[in-house]
Amino acid sequence: MQFPAWSQERALEVIARTSGEPGPVLVTLQGIQEYFGYVPDGAVALIASACNVSRADVHGVLTFYHDLRTELPRKVQIKICVAEACQSMGARDVAESARKSVIDNLDVEISNAYCLGNCALAPAASVDGKLRGRVSVKSLVKEISQL
Amino acid sequence: MTIVYVPGDSAARSVGADQVAIEIASQANARGLDVQIVRNGSRGALFLEPLVEVLTSSGRIAFGPVSADEINSLFEADFLNGGDHVLALGKSDEIAWLAKQDRVTFARVGIIDPLSISDYESHGGLTGLRKALDMKSEDIVEQVTASGLRGRGGAGFPAGVKWRTVLNTVGEKKYICCNADEGDSGTFADRMVMEGDPFMLLEGMTIAGIAVGATEGVIYIRSEYPDAIEMMKKAIVLANEFGSLGENILGTERSFHVRIRVGGGSYVCGEETAMLESIEGKRGVVRSKPPLPAIEGLFGKPTVINNVLTLATVPAVMSGGADAYKARGVGRSVGTQVFQLGGNIARGGIVELAFGTTLGSLINDYGSGTFSGKSIRAVQIGGPLGAYLPASSFDVSMDYESLLAAGGMLGHGGLVLFDESVDMAIQAKFAMEFCALESCGKCTPCRIGSTRGAETITKIIDGQDIDGNKRLLLDLCEVMTDGSLCAMGGLTPLPVRSALLHFPEDFDSRIGATK
Ligand SMILES: Cc1cc2nc3c(=O)[nH]c(=O)nc-3n(C[C@H](O)[C@H](O)[C@H](O)COP(=O)(O)O)c2cc1C
Ligand code: SF4
Ligand code: FES
Repeated sequence: MQFPAWSQERALEVIARTSGEPGPVLVTLQGIQEYFGYVPDGAVALIASACNVSRADVHGVLTFYHDLRTELPRKVQIKICVAEACQSMGARDVAESARKSVIDNLDVEISNAYCLGNCALAPAASVDGKLRGRVSVKSLVKEISQL
Repeated sequence: MTIVYVPGDSAARSVGADQVAIEIASQANARGLDVQIVRNGSRGALFLEPLVEVLTSSGRIAFGPVSADEINSLFEADFLNGGDHVLALGKSDEIAWLAKQDRVTFARVGIIDPLSISDYESHGGLTGLRKALDMKSEDIVEQVTASGLRGRGGAGFPAGVKWRTVLNTVGEKKYICCNADEGDSGTFADRMVMEGDPFMLLEGMTIAGIAVGATEGVIYIRSEYPDAIEMMKKAIVLANEFGSLGENILGTERSFHVRIRVGGGSYVCGEETAMLESIEGKRGVVRSKPPLPAIEGLFGKPTVINNVLTLATVPAVMSGGADAYKARGVGRSVGTQVFQLGGNIARGGIVELAFGTTLGSLINDYGSGTFSGKSIRAVQIGGPLGAYLPASSFDVSMDYESLLAAGGMLGHGGLVLFDESVDMAIQAKFAMEFCALESCGKCTPCRIGSTRGAETITKIIDGQDIDGNKRLLLDLCEVMTDGSLCAMGGLTPLPVRSALLHFPEDFDSRIGATK
């Protein structure tokens, strides 16, 4: 996934889409992240003023949610489920070995997920948001090489 | 023209349903055959996915699990006319695993095109809403109360009682909030309802709105479910166009609007008051009760909070009547439960049955034991806050009260199976680590206790003063149970204690090295 570079003008447009809604801070942060791939530093003050809350409030929300990030993501996002149903099918090993096998690939980022709702077809993962079932290190590495 | 069903459910797609659909379309085209592909939800027999069905003169014929490589041979075997093939499963309705179930909430899932309102209506959809529109608010609440329907999110609180509180609370605005956070590992029924029968959930929420006098609804869906989010968004647009949602529902004076909020990857935001905070755009910190959300909920207004399955079952309760629903189940656990079989299991998926079937029947008759073929060691019921039970407890009846008596809890109905290779000390440690990761931070026993708990179990695993550390761990569990505001900290001790109780050998015999 490619994201546009930071632009205050664009950010203000994105913020304006949701800043008027009731309880706007989280949804606006999500909007910014969807657009830029992360929440750039400069966005916090803009969101605070558009949503009429303090910067500390925005920062508080930004740091609470696991999804929200303050650094640009790598090109390919892999999430490997390491919750119980997937653990029972060897997910811990899959996650560990997958990390090792892509360690030199700076395009790929692997993070842990805690249940992707695919527990009957464990181990589960998601590749750029697309759900995968019965994954192995081999199947993940193969898919990454084809991206 | 032949209709072919290839599930669009994300679990089916996770094992290749899209490639199967593409391959069927392209080979039909090449062979000059007129095929229309419908992307239905999944019937829930996930071990058979991708499950392809063909509509023939003698009904729907199933094939599965199908991979794209096998499409050529399926065409060669004339599968479009129900021809024989190694993957042939016979008539879909006669697949024993499905036929033995008692589908109420999941009656349409996997059968209909999820985004076709006409399909929905011709399979009984909107009947409950039409009835409700002709009824007084109190009578709707009375019918839901009389049905005995209990919340499916975990606590099993009677839905009607909650609705009555909201109905009786005066407020210029009221809300219906649907909890679609489904954070429990081992659960996926909410997701499958949203992807497979989204109008049912909207209908249930609308009935709730009419019953308590709310005109606005919010569905809080976890971000891990992008397909469910898309499906619900589309369904809302279609229902508004059709008139079963929005202003003047089905030509009446009633109005009800639904919008979606997406979670931020936080487990504790499934706790109802943390969810309200999150919908309000804030940190997902649990609120103290009172006030109850039914009295001061979203933005301080009276709010019904129900799980997806609770709300999705309401249309059936309205159309079929309270008595028909109540006729199923045992004791105070009435109706059906949507069990979700996952983990190391040969035949995983959705098993909807009246409450009161045995754990062993679910695991053996439906699940067919472990996927690995090794012997069963443990089953965790009810998500990450649920107990680990050993194979010796397979006689327990699967209902709220019996499970509680057996030291477990039903939660959202997920069952996760583990084979003999599981290390229960590691599982106990994970429970503590997960609590540390997801704690909202409000109470010390949960925030700090969970980290201490994980450290203590690590010491046990390393063989350090096992008896002393076990005592310390049990003390910690007690403090967490007694001193936590919500079930995150309050129930994390459940998997830990049950592991200690039923699998002591995994803690006691670690001397020195790890196993
Ligand atoms: C830590 C925690 C997580 C929870 N997660 C969920 C969830 O993901 N979905 C859900 O419906 N209920 C969840 N609950 C239960 C809710 O607090 C609440 O009881 C439920 O949404 C009420 O709906 P119901 O009565 O229809 O079950 C959770 C509770 C706790 C303590
Ligand atoms: S028990 Fe844990 S999650 Fe629940 S309110 Fe306390 S700190 Fe928050
Ligand atoms: S536990 Fe891994 S997908 Fe549910």
